[in-house]
Amino acid sequence: MTVSYALLGLLEGSDRHGYDLKQSYDRWFGAAKPIRFGQVYRTLAQLTRDGMVEVVGVEAGAGPDRKRYSITPEGVTDLDAWLGEPEDPQPQLQTVLFTKVVLALLSGRPADEFLDQQRAKHLAAMKALTKARRAAASTQDALLADYQLFHIEADLRWIEHTVTRLATLAEEVRDADPRRA
Amino acid sequence: MPILVGRDLYKSFGVTPALCGANVSVDEGEILAVMGPSGSGKSTLLHCLAGILSPDQGEVHYQRRPRSGSNEHSNGERIDTLPDRKRVQLRRTEFGFVFQFGQLVPELPAIENIALPLLLAGRRRKAALAAAAPWLDRLGLDGLGPRLPGELSGGEGQRVALARALIAKPRIVFADEPTGALDSVAADQVMELLVDAAREQGTSVVLVTHEARVAAYADRTVLVRDGVDAITVGAP
Repeated sequence: MTVSYALLGLLEGSDRHGYDLKQSYDRWFGAAKPIRFGQVYRTLAQLTRDGMVEVVGVEAGAGPDRKRYSITPEGVTDLDAWLGEPEDPQPQLQTVLFTKVVLALLSGRPADEFLDQQRAKHLAAMKALTKARRAAASTQDALLADYQLFHIEADLRWIEHTVTRLATLAEEVRDADPRRA
Repeated sequence: MPILVGRDLYKSFGVTPALCGANVSVDEGEILAVMGPSGSGKSTLLHCLAGILSPDQGEVHYQRRPRSGSNEHSNGERIDTLPDRKRVQLRRTEFGFVFQFGQLVPELPAIENIALPLLLAGRRRKAALAAAAPWLDRLGLDGLGPRLPGELSGGEGQRVALARALIAKPRIVFADEPTGALDSVAADQVMELLVDAAREQGTSVVLVTHEARVAAYADRTVLVRDGVDAITVGAP
């Protein structure tokens, strides 16, 4: 979903070839995972079918695709609407951590040890990211590292919070487990 | 090599235990973060290491700068049992301090606050102020020298406090929640300046914080829980 809007946003500045779009996408959003050519072309085809994008020319450009794409007025409206709509906060990793904690407690494994290991891993990741941010060549790179730092920090706060409530949680988990009822 | 070692430290306030057998060591030039939730004993640990508080049990050893030609014993000097006067002297000559709220002298302009450790050490006023001046520039405080602490922002005040902690080239800076009252941008700025300045002059830092983002600037993090050092993250 985000990829379609990212491509629409990139097209809003100027008409572009697929190859060119991939380069721009990777530069701005592909630090963690570059986009594949196939996905760029599939997404463009879908956007064209939906009337958000149109082919405005077929001519020589870099890469195998010779089509030049342009955003349509419908595409601009759709992009506007997407940008204006706040996202649901995504718990992301926390659901995995939460599942592990409950499973550990359910199975009688030490959840605090698991949380300690997770904390150490989070702290180590934050040290590495802080180092990377301080060495960042651009504000863009620094802000990307900051984004990750703040999210990892949020996980850590949850870990700290959970550690102090483990005993209560363990009781509840035990009480709710049918095998022990 | 460790220059400060706290061994098996216990400290209670009345019936409330704050430290229950904590072990911490700080290497030369190392930036060590001490993390933990409020009430975990991390500030008490800092106060014991810095010779502000005496532990009920346990020992704190400090290795002074080797004097040229001397070959001092490797255990260092036990500082937790020193008489008050000697501990004050040690703190003034070997250590620097930064606290959550700058604790600057409100009646003195920024430049004089920075120069304070030198003035207390008996340096002449003119020389002390001359030594303080470059710190304004270095910490992005140009033109703020004549301002009183009340006329500075939180971040500016903490940077003045940093300069004051570092100006006498202490061996160790103890920083207790130095960014606790700052927003994240000012906090990053203070941490970057602290880390850079400490590295430049080879000063060790003991940084107490409950914020992982702040601890991430350190070489190593010790997590304190229930008065005990629980986990260590980073190079040993």
